[in-house]
Amino acid sequence: MSKTLVEKIWDAHVVKSETGFPDILYIDTHLIHEVTSPQAFDGLRKRGLPVFRPQQTVATADHNVPTIDQLLPIKEELSRYQVDMLTKNCAEFGIELYGLGHPFQGIVHVIGPELGITLPGKTMVCGDSHTSTHGAFGAIAFGIGTSQVEQVFATQCLLQQKPKTMKIEVNGTLGKGVSAKDIILYIISKISAAGGTGYFIEYAGSAIEALSMEARMTICNMSIEMGARGGLIAPDQITFDYIKGREFAPAGAEWDKSLAYWKTLYSDADAEFDSVLTFKAEDIAPMITYGTNPGMGMGIQENIPSTNSQPDKEQLSYQKALDYMGFEDDSSLIGKPVDYVFIGSCTNSRIEDLREVAEFVKGKQKAENVTVWIVPGSKQVEQQAKNEGLDRIFEQAGFQLREPGCSACLGMNEDKIPAGKYCVSTSNRNFEGRQGPDARTLLVSPLTAAAAAVTGKITDVREMLTKA
Amino acid sequence: MKKFEKLTSAIVPLNIENIDTDQIIPARFLKATTREGFGENLFRDWRYNGDHTLKPDFVLNDPAYSGQILVAGKNFGCGSSREHAAWAIQDAGFDVVISSFFADIFKGNALNNGLLPIQVSEDFLSAIYTAVGKNHKAQLDVDLEKQTVTIVDSGEKADFEINAYKKSCLINGYDDIDFILNQKHLIAAFEQAK
Repeated sequence: MSKTLVEKIWDAHVVKSETGFPDILYIDTHLIHEVTSPQAFDGLRKRGLPVFRPQQTVATADHNVPTIDQLLPIKEELSRYQVDMLTKNCAEFGIELYGLGHPFQGIVHVIGPELGITLPGKTMVCGDSHTSTHGAFGAIAFGIGTSQVEQVFATQCLLQQKPKTMKIEVNGTLGKGVSAKDIILYIISKISAAGGTGYFIEYAGSAIEALSMEARMTICNMSIEMGARGGLIAPDQITFDYIKGREFAPAGAEWDKSLAYWKTLYSDADAEFDSVLTFKAEDIAPMITYGTNPGMGMGIQENIPSTNSQPDKEQLSYQKALDYMGFEDDSSLIGKPVDYVFIGSCTNSRIEDLREVAEFVKGKQKAENVTVWIVPGSKQVEQQAKNEGLDRIFEQAGFQLREPGCSACLGMNEDKIPAGKYCVSTSNRNFEGRQGPDARTLLVSPLTAAAAAVTGKITDVREMLTKA
Repeated sequence: MKKFEKLTSAIVPLNIENIDTDQIIPARFLKATTREGFGENLFRDWRYNGDHTLKPDFVLNDPAYSGQILVAGKNFGCGSSREHAAWAIQDAGFDVVISSFFADIFKGNALNNGLLPIQVSEDFLSAIYTAVGKNHKAQLDVDLEKQTVTIVDSGEKADFEINAYKKSCLINGYDDIDFILNQKHLIAAFEQAK
């Protein structure tokens, strides 16, 4: 029988399927971090249980970590306590930890792929909704809550209903200055922040196939922002080339065996999806959000939609979002001054993102009114940026290259945007207060963020590319 | 896990769409390492001014409203996988959340903690708001066994869906871990066969 990619991977991991009950799904890899694990470890202690498969569990510290002077004790007491707790729990339960000071430390969704832990055909979970990132390799990867973290600790399995499947095809060629982040912001703006709820999304089509691995991760990362459980892309030669030679990737005979399996991982030509959507790459402009959920986005040259163009029942919430942002109906964002530019987060903190930004700003200066933070996704990305001399380019431009962590994506650490300030950000969420109480976030691609950094205002990066 | 069967209670109406987990419990309050105490920071930035004084126009601060049922607009709980959102709602005294649409992970987290998410139609949601507009203390009657929710004042009633397995977990106070631990022999066999 023909199957979608999700069905192939799912079926290969079902321990038990019984009518009237969710499937027992086997989890190959469990990624953990300091925020959503302490209560789960506590639960194990209360039940007197060990971690069932500690060798399939990988830990890092990312959400709470400072991005300056990382080797000094964390100043904020509760953050320090949570990170210390992770260290203690990992030692007690026999889990490998890439904590502060370790050369593999970084954002959990950046280190999995770069270490060769993330592989096609795997099931992977983490107590973080952006676990969908790992789907870029053709894996079933999704975020879970703390009770489920405890469940995976105890049994290496999860009770799960098989999700519905959606295919999103993007065909054609992206225009100049348009990147993966614009593709995903565009899709979310078209189908809304709830448009993918209940589905696993497979991204396909010529525009997706042409993307690098890191760009594919950006797409899958934000699947959760339209409510999807996860997103994935069938593995291909680009995937295999990326994985080969990484720290924990299969090697030798194991590589050949794995590769043979990975090549079977695609949706059969006649497989049926519960929903299929198609978009044209040529229709996508550099995107920007104007509201307080990722579905409130538009092409950068467009005007903010008016409140009375929204459905009646949604007008109150829509107006509340615009009020929070300090924006008005039908206005343009072009030329609007910005205060902060944040380039980082599990969406856009990889070496390609940093290279793209460096290439653009080389020989340019940041505008005086802007503070620019570049936060690499991992120690390895940071090191590579230095090896390639990107650190000097950033320094000359007046950008701060900081140390790896989630940073100003979610305001759990010291990197917060002050109340009322505008931050052009490559992160994934523009919720109220996401980057700090009353902070105002505009989501964009790294290139659009770089253009805002240089001009000090919201700018259509395409105009700067044409001039150069 | 706490058992749930029936509840009759007044409601707290929060007529806003797309309420995300960052509003339910902002990230800076996720630093606790236990499950308790999140209730005081539920909707923190909507409830309090920067100087920690209460915002009088926010419904949770309005003494006219109280109850164990939170009613909110569609796509409730979107955003993060943080279970702290469900803990905070429960810790603040709610046993039921009603919306016309829930985000997946939030719904799962709520069910895993004995907080019942009830999805109703847009029309029934409007009927609830209308009822509470007329009478702040209007009550809803929730019957999990029968899978119904009724507006006591008007008698308007709606059926709701719930997964049969999850329903039995809530009624019996079992959780997924109890269930899956009983199947551990199958898991080991699966690993062997792989």
